Amino acid sequence: MMADSGPKEVAVIGNTELTSAELDNNIKNTMVEIEKGTSLLRKLEISVAEAEKRTGKNTVNMQEIYTVYLIETRPVDALTEGITPDSLWRRYSEFELLRNYLLVTYPFVVVAPLPEKRAEIVWHKLSADNMDPDFVERRRVGLENFLHRVASHPVLCNDNIFNIFLTEQDKDWKEMVYETGFQAKADSRLKAVNAAFRVKNPDGRFTELKHYSDELQTVLSQLLRVRARVADRLYGVYKVHGNYGRVFSEWSAIEKEMGDGLQSAGHHMDAYAASVDDILEEEEHYADQLKEYLFYTDALRAVCRKHELTQFELEMVALDLACKKQQKEELVTGTVRTFSLKGMTSKLFGQETAEQREAKLQVLEQQLKEGEEAVKEKNTESDEFVKTAWVDIERFKDQKDRDLKEALISYAVMQISMCKKGIQVWTNAKECFNKM
Amino acid sequence: MSRTIDAVVSPTQTNTIPADISGQMLDLDEDDDLEVFSKDLTLADGNMFNASMPTSPGSMVNQCKFEEDEESDSKDIFITVDNPESHVTAIETFITYRVLTKTTRSEFDNSEYEVRRRYQDFLWLKGKLEDAHSTLIVHPLPEKFVVKGMVERFNGDFIETRRKALHKFLNRIADHPILSCSEDFKVFLSAQAWELTTYKKQGPGFLSRMGETVRAVANSVRGVKNRPEEFTAIQEYVEDFSNKIGSLDKVTQRIVKEQKEYLEELKEYGPTYTLWSGSEEELAEQLKGVAGCIERCCKETEEQVGHLSDTLVPVLHEYVLCAETLKAVLRRRDNIQAEFEAKNEALATKKVDRDAESSDLGFVWGSLLGKNPEEARHQRQERLDGEIEELKEEIDKLEDRVEWANNALKGDWGRWQRSMRGDLKSAFLSTAEKNVDYYEKCLAVWETFLLSQRTEPSEETDRDNTP
Repeated sequence: MMADSGPKEVAVIGNTELTSAELDNNIKNTMVEIEKGTSLLRKLEISVAEAEKRTGKNTVNMQEIYTVYLIETRPVDALTEGITPDSLWRRYSEFELLRNYLLVTYPFVVVAPLPEKRAEIVWHKLSADNMDPDFVERRRVGLENFLHRVASHPVLCNDNIFNIFLTEQDKDWKEMVYETGFQAKADSRLKAVNAAFRVKNPDGRFTELKHYSDELQTVLSQLLRVRARVADRLYGVYKVHGNYGRVFSEWSAIEKEMGDGLQSAGHHMDAYAASVDDILEEEEHYADQLKEYLFYTDALRAVCRKHELTQFELEMVALDLACKKQQKEELVTGTVRTFSLKGMTSKLFGQETAEQREAKLQVLEQQLKEGEEAVKEKNTESDEFVKTAWVDIERFKDQKDRDLKEALISYAVMQISMCKKGIQVWTNAKECFNKM
Repeated sequence: MSRTIDAVVSPTQTNTIPADISGQMLDLDEDDDLEVFSKDLTLADGNMFNASMPTSPGSMVNQCKFEEDEESDSKDIFITVDNPESHVTAIETFITYRVLTKTTRSEFDNSEYEVRRRYQDFLWLKGKLEDAHSTLIVHPLPEKFVVKGMVERFNGDFIETRRKALHKFLNRIADHPILSCSEDFKVFLSAQAWELTTYKKQGPGFLSRMGETVRAVANSVRGVKNRPEEFTAIQEYVEDFSNKIGSLDKVTQRIVKEQKEYLEELKEYGPTYTLWSGSEEELAEQLKGVAGCIERCCKETEEQVGHLSDTLVPVLHEYVLCAETLKAVLRRRDNIQAEFEAKNEALATKKVDRDAESSDLGFVWGSLLGKNPEEARHQRQERLDGEIEELKEEIDKLEDRVEWANNALKGDWGRWQRSMRGDLKSAFLSTAEKNVDYYEKCLAVWETFLLSQRTEPSEETDRDNTP
């Protein structure tokens, strides 16, 4: 199940502790209380209503065609009064910018993925084109789903940039985003990889989560590929039956007694062949649901990486502190326990004077104080991160289990529907053959 | 076709129409039959009962009264073909099949026969039947070998498919009111291997057969001039039918192919869900459930494809071959008529010859030989008259032959059409039934799964509402 959109389903996602009275009072209020994490979606109906093609000049001053999407928002209570929704147009790249901003600003959140930029895992070659109406339509649905996910997230829904993205066309939203300086906050890939490699004591749960995301990614990719192939083959089987329709029809023309039976059987064969289009169209929705979770694995891994980075930085700072402590000890006791250049030089060139030692000690003391502060800070940071991240991960897990459970059920329903159609067609065909 | 079963005719009366047709012979004068038979000595070598001889049109009229319903309770001969065995000799390796016959028919000495026959023997039988009854429709034999080559001959599936087709072939002949009375058929079913070999060596010699073939070719080149309308209609139908059945054969084979490829992918699909379940906790059971459903549907699909291959494909293929048989039968009928027409033309020419004034050349020749011109002319007249008489006799016979051939074909044509309708109807019906059954089984699989999930009503309404 994708995130809720209709008003009657508003109460399902997120916390349900607001009474309807309080709901009425909060019509215009988008910045709601943080403790309960009530979601924006309860206040605002959001939809990505349309898609349109635009032409314009791109960064290298060349003409390009791109698609824009209409975002409509309307306060929930206003529905009954028939107020027209606010609307604005956004293109895919703006969605991407929004998401990158959210990723950096809330690294402990498993941020919902965007739909595919380019159609990749397709069962039918035709829908591989970005301009293909079916693809655009599915992307529209995917973008709407993304907005719902964000709007129903207890933390993300309060973000100012997000809210402006949804509602205000006039402001130069892009400028605003850049002004937050989020790009500077972004961790370099190199740093992250380095940390992942060298971290010594990451929280075991995150390591497990990383493995899980890798497994999930592998298995979902495989599942989507095989499903696409199965769909392809099924298409072939159904469509070939259409030939029966044609030949039966031609054959019925030369038969006296069998003619009627053959002719009507032929019609049913045509119907059978045509029925596969709807069947597979429905299955695409199922595939999209799986795809969303396939893309979610990236977000999961991002959170794990952030943890590793934070933990690594903590470890580095702690190590540094330990080192300084040891240096101080050596200076005070005058013993050199470990090999050091200082030790060597002092052996070679004689020890320092008492004043020099005192000066050095002072510096070290200062550094030690700073180091301890840093460690405390990093510790808090790391703990904070682990705590908030894990809350969100639990939230994500619950969401995932619910959504996928329902997806599997809807898949079973689809199969049942397909079987029922098959029974009907072939029962009809059987009647016709009986009349032959 | 209902026939009287046990009206026995003793062996000495073998020059009459075979016993099981006699039920139809209500007003036939036996003498006529004898007369007809004694006139017809073309292929006889003293053998009194030779069913390869065409009989008079008169008797055939009754034979051609085939009734609509052919019930199996009036069947008096049951044949099975089974038990293929491989035989290796110094020269070759071949397969023989056991042919088991159970019958109450009088012309058979015993009531049960068990013999072994190889494909060549079936071919021989078919050839003999077609020779003797050139315008009857003999059910086709499976093809000699698969295009791919020799290795395929010994493949299990191929042997089984062939066995079934051979079984059908013999049973079709047994069901045929005329063909089943054939002596060749009887020998095929009852003779031991060496007896059959001896029997095969009998019959018209190589040269006379060559002569017949040459005549046939000559006639087919000449072509028939006045084909009756109904046979033209049949020919047109056969052309169309041949096209349609060929297309259906191809379409069905394509469906089988696509189904098999679908099955292959499906076999990979289920295990992927199982793989996924290994990484999940809450979802594991559900995922395994889905995997199980897909696997069960796989089995059903396999069964369905098997049914298609076993039931629809062979029948369509048979009728593709039938269409070719029909074309050949029509050609042979045409040839018979062509021969008749040719002789008629020859007669006309001869008559013109005779009635014309004596040619100068003949006169000159006669005078050279010292003959009296009067005498020469007279001799010539006599000679031509004699030839004309001969021709007239031959033409009479040929006319009979044409009429007989036409009637045989007409009778068999109706019979064939009924068979064809019955066979194809039942094959398609069976396919449709199997497909319904397939979808019903798959439906049950998924419904059981759904039930096991024990969904809440609210979630179900959600599902109904999502596009």
